[in-house]
Amino acid sequence: MTKLLIENISKSFGENQVLDQLSLRVKEAEFVSILGPSGSGKSTLFQLIGGLYSPDSGAISLDGKRINGKTGSISYTPQSPSLLPWRTVLGNILLGGEIVGETDHALALQMIDKAGLKGYENAYPYELSGGMKQRVAFIRSLLSPQSLICLDEPFSALDEFTRLEMQNWLLSVWEEDKRAIMLVTHNIEEALYLSDRIIVLSEKPTHVKKEFVVPFPRPRQASILLSEEFLNWKKKIYNELRVIM
Amino acid sequence: MNIWHKGWRPVLVLILLFVVWEVSCRLFEIPRWLLPSPSQIVLEGAEGWSNYYHHLTATIGLTILGFLIGASVGIAVAVGLHLLPRLREAVYPIIILSQNVPIIVLAPLLVIWFGFGILPKIIVITLVCFFPITVATLDGFKQTSSELSHYMKMAGASKGQIFWKLEWPYALPSIFSGLKISATYSVMGAVISEWLGAKEGIGVYMTLASSSFRTDRVFVAIFLIMILSLVFFTLIVSLERMIVKWKPKGDGKGRD
Repeated sequence: MTKLLIENISKSFGENQVLDQLSLRVKEAEFVSILGPSGSGKSTLFQLIGGLYSPDSGAISLDGKRINGKTGSISYTPQSPSLLPWRTVLGNILLGGEIVGETDHALALQMIDKAGLKGYENAYPYELSGGMKQRVAFIRSLLSPQSLICLDEPFSALDEFTRLEMQNWLLSVWEEDKRAIMLVTHNIEEALYLSDRIIVLSEKPTHVKKEFVVPFPRPRQASILLSEEFLNWKKKIYNELRVIM
Repeated sequence: MNIWHKGWRPVLVLILLFVVWEVSCRLFEIPRWLLPSPSQIVLEGAEGWSNYYHHLTATIGLTILGFLIGASVGIAVAVGLHLLPRLREAVYPIIILSQNVPIIVLAPLLVIWFGFGILPKIIVITLVCFFPITVATLDGFKQTSSELSHYMKMAGASKGQIFWKLEWPYALPSIFSGLKISATYSVMGAVISEWLGAKEGIGVYMTLASSSFRTDRVFVAIFLIMILSLVFFTLIVSLERMIVKWKPKGDGKGRD
């Protein structure tokens, strides 16, 4: 079943055409990564899905309903954790639900516990490390009522160790939750390790260049990161990206 | 401990200043009506307590009332202008201009218009108070992080939700900067407004003292005004500490 359907959307800001006839689809319970060179309009794509702007042409639909220019349909986690500094961890996590008017205290506390943040419920964001903040932002996303989660380079600001740890944690949470996730990244390894499908974008004006279906079985084991097959896939996608860049 | 650590330098300078003042007064035998020595001022301050304490309470009452009204007007104006950008474009320059009208000139006019009651006095304090608050609050609203407001919009937040959940708390530290400035101004405003014609108040005490060449009392009044301003400032600072709890304390740095 199709969750998100994007059909031939184009978007220009003044003279600058960012998206050109871009089409893609995300299925129910699917983890899709969007790979593309920097400045390829990935963030613009999210802002269109999120309804901050309307596309100049084309249609975006979620669960068969048109959501062009309509905010509040996706659960979005921006590049930086974007936590409200005056809210505690718990308060930040409840924010997504609060905006639509439904909060689940017990579930929030349970998720905090599962994320290894027990004891930090009442801590303010300034008291947390980078990885912890990111985790809070994820839980906020997961607890938001929307059925599609969009992650905009969520791991880019983390160091290598924290990143791998966070990826594993995200995978383990997602295996249980099985919501549709769209992840924007410029890290090939990350895309391969996490997703079911990888969509490679072209340079500006952006359209979909190529699609790969990732064959690795779930649940993913960290050991595949060093397997021959993984490296071959990495090479293949790298070559695809190199042509663009 | 901490205050003593940082504060001993200005305290030392202050003490030195008083010593030089005291010694000069005695050495050059300056008459009391021209420039009283610090010891004479302190003596008058202590002995004259019953003379001026009702003036002091009157001024404190007027300052608090005026400050509360001025601060409310300041915040209300800022919120209004923030929510109505068109109005803001039209009114903002006029608000800045209003600050160039000398209060001392305006004050007697206010008496002609509104009489000797409390109204013209409140208007003077409000005029002095609201400007720093309005400007600081508007600045705070404007500085709201675009990343956070993107997040709120994408999550489907309404205009009201964005205001109450994001812009208002984001502006709170700026609002407090404005309040701190206004708190000290409001004492000055109250004293000026008392010059207009009040029955009691530090302003009245000061006018009486200077017209009867009681220069020592004028200085007592000056020090009272300074102490009052400092007390109001400290009150606002502690209120800020109570409300704005999400800022790192101490060295001003978080964990990462």
